[in-house]
Amino acid sequence: MKVVVCIKQVPDTKGGVKFNPDGTLDRAAMMTIMNPDDKAGLEAALRLKDQYGAEVTVLTMGLPKAEDVLREAIAMGADKGVLVTDRVLGGADTWATSQTLAGALRNMEYDLIITGRQAIDGDTAQVGPQISEHLNIPVISYAQKLKIDGDYVIVERQYDDRYHVLKAKMPCLITALAELNEPRYMTPGGIFDACKAEITVWGRADLKDVEDSNLGLKGSPTQIAKASDKVRKGAGEKVNLDPAESVDYIVNKLKEKHVI
Amino acid sequence: MDFTLRKEHEMARSLFKEFAEKEVKPLAQEVDETENFPRGTVDKMAKNGFLGIPVPKEYGGQGCDPLTYVMCVEELSKVCGTTGVIVSAHTSLCCDPIMTFGTEEQKQKYLVPLAKGEKLGAFGLTEPGAGTDAQGQQTKAVLDGDEYVINGSKIFITNGKEADVYVIFAVTGMVEKRGRMMKEISSFIVEKGTPGFTFGTKEKKMGIRGSSTYELIFTDCRVPKENLLGKIGQGFKIAMHTLDGGRIGIAAQALGIAEGALDRTIAYTKERKQFGKSIAAQQNTQFQLADMATKVQAAQLLVYKAAMAKANQKEYGFEAAQAKLYAAEVAMEVTTKAVQLHGGYGYTREYDVERMMRDAKITEIYEGTSEVQRMVISAALLK
Repeated sequence: MKVVVCIKQVPDTKGGVKFNPDGTLDRAAMMTIMNPDDKAGLEAALRLKDQYGAEVTVLTMGLPKAEDVLREAIAMGADKGVLVTDRVLGGADTWATSQTLAGALRNMEYDLIITGRQAIDGDTAQVGPQISEHLNIPVISYAQKLKIDGDYVIVERQYDDRYHVLKAKMPCLITALAELNEPRYMTPGGIFDACKAEITVWGRADLKDVEDSNLGLKGSPTQIAKASDKVRKGAGEKVNLDPAESVDYIVNKLKEKHVI
Repeated sequence: MDFTLRKEHEMARSLFKEFAEKEVKPLAQEVDETENFPRGTVDKMAKNGFLGIPVPKEYGGQGCDPLTYVMCVEELSKVCGTTGVIVSAHTSLCCDPIMTFGTEEQKQKYLVPLAKGEKLGAFGLTEPGAGTDAQGQQTKAVLDGDEYVINGSKIFITNGKEADVYVIFAVTGMVEKRGRMMKEISSFIVEKGTPGFTFGTKEKKMGIRGSSTYELIFTDCRVPKENLLGKIGQGFKIAMHTLDGGRIGIAAQALGIAEGALDRTIAYTKERKQFGKSIAAQQNTQFQLADMATKVQAAQLLVYKAAMAKANQKEYGFEAAQAKLYAAEVAMEVTTKAVQLHGGYGYTREYDVERMMRDAKITEIYEGTSEVQRMVISAALLK
């Protein structure tokens, strides 16, 4: 069984978000981490490795320094890392990113592709499903639980107030939620191995069946008008009441605050 | 000369830091208050390979270098001195002598499960009448058939009751050295559960209160003769070699405690307001912090240098002694200043610096007091 996990190096927003004067993210000024949903996806793949001996390859697109996130994944237990990096791929939105990753994936063998639901820097949740469209394979998004049954994968897909159980024949793509699992730590020995591991580096020329018009800034239909940090919410208040009491409670709160 | 860390060391530090913040820090105060050994944390460390960092992979370890191990003890000790010393005693004082002096059979039988973290290790040299003076040993081992019969006791043993494998020292005879009769000391591997091996009282300590410090009692304890570690009479050499490595571990613990106290003090002095401004805006605070940070940095360089010496040199006792002496004294000084800068709050158990000051003190005492380190350093200078 071969699993490819798409991972992204994202700014660590815990220490606050920094912007360039033009409103874009100042990535150089921020620490980076592996995107949390992607890390859960990687952990899911590593559990398939533990259970079924699956071969786990991690794939990322980014600047040359995105190699770090691949090494982190290898230190956690992934077998191989592929970095897609090229100046012409810069400035990609979700469309161009998914085209790029699909172009790389066409060169790779896989039974299962796992991506995170969404990245904490863009919060679009579009790249995973778009990849599946480009590759013409099924997608199950928002996976909160996943198991393998022969050639099939059975996934619990999270919804607001319920979950759906879906079954898909592999090859297919799954987008993982951070709630899927508790990712393992790297191991010290894994880190030493990861630093020696050879990372496969691909550029534009290595992407298969992708038009230039679908890549990089030029291939990105999205126009960013403005980027901003999340407005920090208060701690909030959680109450457990039945529906009727809840309505009364909320109405009273709103009255107290003179909202109504 | 380049002080930049290699990629693997940067990554290892981020791993240890993340683990310490998530798994160790939340329990540190409770471990201190209750004096309970943090077994759950030890199990997690075992699972993640923290108990065999410098042990080669073929013996179940992680195959990393001493610097990586030092960073692990440092980061753990930043948040919990107890957790730091558990790893240090296990790795430096039990895995290391078996790795260095053990036979292939001993390595397979004891080092592999120790390095995998399936078993925990301890080291027994100190006795009521033999601390710095190892010649004061009273514990005896007598060969009887295929077994050594051990009688005596060891005190202040870290990981005491929680360990599974113990490297202990006993007198096996008398030998003449430079015209004087000296005790011949040998080293043995003893397993928990061996008949005649029991535990005495648990020490009630000032600091590192969650570490299990016990007396080990040997009463006609019979160990197979293949558990002799190294050669007969090689015990003193094994003990000294082991303590050279152990001192680097304790130096890392001291360094971590000092760094932890400094971090908390920087944060606190920025928040605490007196006379309408934060106390960090007072020049006294600024100068104190500057001195603390400079000494912590100097300690870190000495500790890392000692770790590199262990990786690259046959002898590293001098570097280890300097690192331990300085880091321990810096830990005591920095934690004391940290309490002072916290004022009355720093004297309460609500604030971590109170615990850190208590934890720091032991680093000036165990695995060779500061006075012993000065003896080691000056002996090398004057030889």
